[in-house]
Amino acid sequence: MRMSGAKALVESLEKERVEVIFGLPGGAIMPVYDVLLDSKVRHILVRHEQSAAHMADGYARASRKTGVCMATSGPGATNLITGIATAHLDSSPIVAITGQVSTSQIGLDAFQEADMIGIASPVTKYSFQPRRVEDIPVTVKKAFHIASTGRPGPVLIDLPKDIQMDSAEVEFPMKVEVRGYRTDYKPDPEKIGLAAEILANSERPLILAGGGVILSDASEELQKVAETILAPVATSLMGKGSIPEDHPLSIGIIGMHGSKEANRLIYEADTLLAVGCRFSDRTTGKLDEFCPASKVIHIDIDPAEIGKNRCVDLAIISDAKMALEALYRALTKTLTEKKDTAWSRKLKEMKETNNVKTENSGRDLTPPKILKELRRVLPPEAIVTTEVGQNQMWASLYFKVLKPRTFITSGGFGCMGYGFPASIGAKTAIPNVPVVDVAGDGSFMMTENSLATSVTENIPVTVIILNNRMLGMVAQWQRLFYNRRYSAVSLGDVPDFQKLAEAYGAEGLRIGSVEEFSRAVKESLKSEVTTVIDVPIDPEENVLPMVPAGYSLKDVIG
Amino acid sequence: MPKTFIISALVEHKPGVLYKVSNMFWRRGFNIESVAIGTAEQEDLARMTITIKGEEKDAEQLVSQLEKLIDVLKAARLDPQKAVIRELALIKLNASDPKIRSDIFHYVEVFRGRIVDVSPTSAIVEIVGSKDKIDAFINLTRDFGLMEVARTGETALIRGPESVRIDV
Ligand SMILES: Cc1ncc(C[n+]2csc(CCOP(=O)(O)OP(=O)(O)O)c2C)c(N)n1
Repeated sequence: MRMSGAKALVESLEKERVEVIFGLPGGAIMPVYDVLLDSKVRHILVRHEQSAAHMADGYARASRKTGVCMATSGPGATNLITGIATAHLDSSPIVAITGQVSTSQIGLDAFQEADMIGIASPVTKYSFQPRRVEDIPVTVKKAFHIASTGRPGPVLIDLPKDIQMDSAEVEFPMKVEVRGYRTDYKPDPEKIGLAAEILANSERPLILAGGGVILSDASEELQKVAETILAPVATSLMGKGSIPEDHPLSIGIIGMHGSKEANRLIYEADTLLAVGCRFSDRTTGKLDEFCPASKVIHIDIDPAEIGKNRCVDLAIISDAKMALEALYRALTKTLTEKKDTAWSRKLKEMKETNNVKTENSGRDLTPPKILKELRRVLPPEAIVTTEVGQNQMWASLYFKVLKPRTFITSGGFGCMGYGFPASIGAKTAIPNVPVVDVAGDGSFMMTENSLATSVTENIPVTVIILNNRMLGMVAQWQRLFYNRRYSAVSLGDVPDFQKLAEAYGAEGLRIGSVEEFSRAVKESLKSEVTTVIDVPIDPEENVLPMVPAGYSLKDVIG
Repeated sequence: MPKTFIISALVEHKPGVLYKVSNMFWRRGFNIESVAIGTAEQEDLARMTITIKGEEKDAEQLVSQLEKLIDVLKAARLDPQKAVIRELALIKLNASDPKIRSDIFHYVEVFRGRIVDVSPTSAIVEIVGSKDKIDAFINLTRDFGLMEVARTGETALIRGPESVRIDV
């Protein structure tokens, strides 16, 4: 069939069953936008390209489909980069399409030219720049294949304008093969046997579940393994939700702002089963002193993760779901059912005493109370996104996640401004569940213009601003480690978020107590427009417990 | 203690690949000693021989990171004991003095090099061999008024039937 490059691109996207593209046009991508007018694919216009990438990312994490974002060349394309980098560090499958200047102008510093392959390479899984119309269908197919398989990640397609306008005979492949790309990692049965033996014989096993468990939909298998060996399950921030956090074996997240249980128990464990996690510094604290007394078994689909940060005793390169399934089968063969062990009794005691302690703190409107109340009013399948900073850490400590893919946060990149657009992306993917962004005032101001998109495109979400009039997390560090010398962290009392929301046509509410908060959230879930709930909190509030950067996990403050 | 190790990588022979490979090394903090690249046994592939200085524990990680790049089809560490390793150097020397001129001829013979160009005042020597041998020759000729050196960096293949290749 003879068609233009732009048409070939859009048809290829349709064949990948793309339902929605988040983007913003410009000169170098106009031919594609022109074709989009006649396509079934929905386009959602953003107000800043960074948000387009975050929306595609939130869409992907909530739905396990690949998200798509689009921008023009040069500034449009570079605005995507922060969002692409965010998806890269959290292994989120997105395909980013950018216009490029015409091939005859590439390299001449033409108007709105940027070397996107060069800029994007370090933050993408792969990047393409098709130079012939005929190559477009294959490129798109490869891009979706690479983005969504193995360890997922962002892929860029940078498309010169003349290639969008030229015509040629094109064919749409059913399947593609990418030389040099492997995804067929299956667990080695011998190593599974060995792992089962080590785990069955350990007295104090502990499981550390990372984002890989969620990406490979391995939560059920994880839970079965944990229950068989009675191992407490800690998660990384990215792994939050891989086990229901009300499960008796769940001990919450580990690391800098981890739970006391998780950070303490890891020191006593004699075997650590780490699944789909990359031992990031925020998770391990000082690496030399991380689980010093235990054997480490590491399951990961990315061979380059093995030994990157933590040396391991046994590595299983495999999809997490397949490995955990095999491990469960191997365990049930050798292990007669474990009843109570000294280790599991210890865990129980620890959880009981801690529960009593956290219940009463004097003030009414504290972040822990707000987040616990939020859990109470939201259904289990509701999706919560977060911004970055104290709000994110309070959410991870106090909001118990009950299902995988319902907690969406920028873990690896720690990108302020992520949560709100990501919540819009998630709501686009799963329109029938409530979606709530837990925000800080600083973060929200980075992408608040997405209110326009949310309102005009009818994608209602709820934003809860834990408003401390501060860049709170930085203020906390200055309070604790810089002798209260506050530098550039006060945001003042502006803007008035209630009015700001109203200016965009959204609803704005300000609340003064937990009851009002509760009512406001419930109302917002029924509302047909986005609701911004301003929750004034004490700017002196710290996120505790915490482990200072570079210290070992047992050096907990608070 | 940092060690030198040699990696042989088969990569796609197309624009941008060298950038992606070198960028990976830079980003992960590995220091490249030398890279030699040229077309491999299949026309659309290139072979890169990369010499790295690093800790022993880094070697495996480095190969994994390389193989993770989609444009890298295969990568492996070469055991220097089981590999043929060569480098080519072109060395231009100042040869205006007749005494020095004859010394140069003598040394070139000892090092099994070749004189590939002469002018009334200069000579270009070609030497193929191990990195050490070329270093030694360069050090020796420094006093003669060494003018210019161009080295290819080490290139290598495993001895015997074993190899780093893909079937088509
Ligand atoms: C884009 C970006 N810029 C800067 C930072 C550094 N940073 C981390 S947390 C934080 C403060 C966040 O403030 P706010 O969004 O108000 O949340 P709070 O900590 O008060 O809950 C900053 C500036 C970042 N993570 N991302």
